Amino acid sequence: MTILNLIFYVSAAVVLCATALAITRQNVVHAVCYLVISFMGTAVIFYILGAPLLAALEVIIYAGGIMVLFLFVIMMIKDQQSPMDDFSSIRIKKWLPAVILAGVSAIMAGVLVFADPGNRLRPPAVMGTPQEFGRMLFQDYWFPVEIASLLLLAALIGALYLGHRKDIS
Amino acid sequence: MTIPFSHMLFIAILLFGMGAACAMTRKNLFMILIGVEIMLNAAGIGFVAASMRWMDMNGQVMTLFVMTVAAAEVAVALALIVCIRRRTGSTNADRFNLLKG
Repeated sequence: MTILNLIFYVSAAVVLCATALAITRQNVVHAVCYLVISFMGTAVIFYILGAPLLAALEVIIYAGGIMVLFLFVIMMIKDQQSPMDDFSSIRIKKWLPAVILAGVSAIMAGVLVFADPGNRLRPPAVMGTPQEFGRMLFQDYWFPVEIASLLLLAALIGALYLGHRKDIS
Repeated sequence: MTIPFSHMLFIAILLFGMGAACAMTRKNLFMILIGVEIMLNAAGIGFVAASMRWMDMNGQVMTLFVMTVAAAEVAVALALIVCIRRRTGSTNADRFNLLKG
């Protein structure tokens, strides 16, 4: 049990606890704050698993961008009559899709693990350096990058159109 | 200094299940969106773990695209929520059940 192992398991526990707290909050602002903690822990996990650039992007895009956007919209629309969810009554019809999804992914992971067992990974200090990552991204994946830029442009225009208040103009 | 691949997948699957449960069972539109975000994040952890397992950078690149799609999806979905709030006066998913505007 080295220090990297310890950091991995501690941050994994933090991520799981923060996510469990986030999905059970009634107040959406509290949920978003817990989710920021969860994404920070995910960034630590990414770094330990050899993806330092993705760790930085996780903090910048998820924790810094998406969650701030969430908070901005939540505070902008000032929702007084937020619907209350009751977790006391478990309705099987609502939970069934989630259980099926989780079960299918668990089965797939089990197959993946048991088909090739005994692999104890040695986390490298740095596996994907940003240089290597960028070279791969722009040499092998230049076309998906273009598609992603088009997708972001389409999302920008779509959000602008949907958020436009028509009664003013 | 070893972490089994199964432990990483276990974390990813737990996160995915929690996100799916959140997206399926909550009524608040924001909480549904948060559930989808958690699911995408869990997929990213799975990709990075696989990238580490097979010593291949493709998984990390895929995680970058997952992040891009998540950002685009959140922008449009939040604009839709603002639109829905303007029309129905609430962020309850059950209230938005009419096709007529």
